[in-house]
Amino acid sequence: MIEPRPIVEARGIHKHFAALHVLKGVDLLVAERELVFVIGPSGSGKSTLLRCLNRLEEPSSGSVVVDGIDLLDRRTDLNHARQRIGMVFQSFNLYPHMTALGNVTLALRKVAGKSRAEADEIGHAALARVGLADRADHRPGQLSGGQQQRVAIARSIALEPRVMLFDEPTSALDPELVGSVLGVMRSLRESGMTMVVVSHEMGFARAAADRVVFMDHGLIVEQGAPAEIFESPAHERTRAFIGQIQRH
Amino acid sequence: MSNWDRFVETFFNARVMARYWPDIVEGLWLTIGLAALIVVTGLIAGLVLALVRALGVRVLNWAIIFVVDVFRALPPLVIIVLIYFGLPSIDIAPSGFVSTWISLGLVLMAFSEEIFWAGITAVPRGQWEAARSTGLGFGETLAYVVLPQALRITIPPLTNRTIAITKGTALGSVVAVTEILGQASSAVSNSYNPSPLTLGAAAYLLLFLPVVVFGRWVESKFAWRR
Repeated sequence: MIEPRPIVEARGIHKHFAALHVLKGVDLLVAERELVFVIGPSGSGKSTLLRCLNRLEEPSSGSVVVDGIDLLDRRTDLNHARQRIGMVFQSFNLYPHMTALGNVTLALRKVAGKSRAEADEIGHAALARVGLADRADHRPGQLSGGQQQRVAIARSIALEPRVMLFDEPTSALDPELVGSVLGVMRSLRESGMTMVVVSHEMGFARAAADRVVFMDHGLIVEQGAPAEIFESPAHERTRAFIGQIQRH
Repeated sequence: MSNWDRFVETFFNARVMARYWPDIVEGLWLTIGLAALIVVTGLIAGLVLALVRALGVRVLNWAIIFVVDVFRALPPLVIIVLIYFGLPSIDIAPSGFVSTWISLGLVLMAFSEEIFWAGITAVPRGQWEAARSTGLGFGETLAYVVLPQALRITIPPLTNRTIAITKGTALGSVVAVTEILGQASSAVSNSYNPSPLTLGAAAYLLLFLPVVVFGRWVESKFAWRR
């Protein structure tokens, strides 16, 4: 079998914040339709790595190629490239002055150049996919955390991205609201979306992830199938971390 | 004559008021024009400076901060006098009207820049990140996501500052601008009676009360639930 070209190719990523060396040469390749889970203690650099994949964070060195586009090439139209890379944040980051539909359609109208009618149609469909068809006219302040995060997911998928990045999407949610967000992520997964997820939802990782990547101190310590990483990790640090997480 | 009669005769003299109210109205119109020019140019200039500052070019930002601090520190009357009496020495001779307009416009620019800037920085970084991650550019993010939120926070302090600075049009009377106070003062000298000042006060109320009410209305209109 010929290996298809990975859709995300990050190689040799270093990131310095002043004196802090946060990423120390990380390679991350993600195949099409793959769901990769990135875990690790806080400060391990996993969120920074994720944010390098759409250049919200500028890597100090290394290369990031997503869907064939070299993100670090100065000639690359970054705004165009970013439409293909959806991102979901821990704190939702919905626009509070707009309705749910307004949140979903803004980039469609201003970046993708759709008319209001076209954008609204796509926006309603995206909201329906996350189970919020009836909340289109609600402002974020009128929605629960879980609903807000699903609107944020709709805002990303409306642009038909080739890959979706999730930065601790359920960490800010009350426990009873986590399920609805994970449900949407599961259905995205079933539709074949390529996903990179930074999260501690181990149950979800076990059930849905193709690969789990464990990071510590700015490096990938080990990676493999969920069962492998969770049941028989090769490294002591991985074992300690998994043990800590599972005790909670 | 009782004290009360004397008070009425002094400050509410019907004969004097009847004689001079057209002058005050003339001054009112001039004040409205001057205030409108100050508000429009001052706020636009302040917003432009704040937007330039948002670009984050270090040298530009130092320049902006310096200019803003200077015009916040100087008393408006000093700026008016400097421009009116100082510029002619380099062969620019602005009228009292133009001197007042430029001076108060600069002061409003300085204060409003600080307010707009505070508003822009008060919008969480996540808003920028979310917008940029969907492919919106810097300008689009500013225009559609950040500014609407920033302006909402800035409206109360901005209204207060704008009113406070615009009231400074009365300083124009020092450099021969025939605005409300200028008209009232010359009417007082001509009539030997302070009643025109009462009319002047009424004219200021007539001008600024609606502005205050308008500010309140804008505040409520921009409110949305968080």
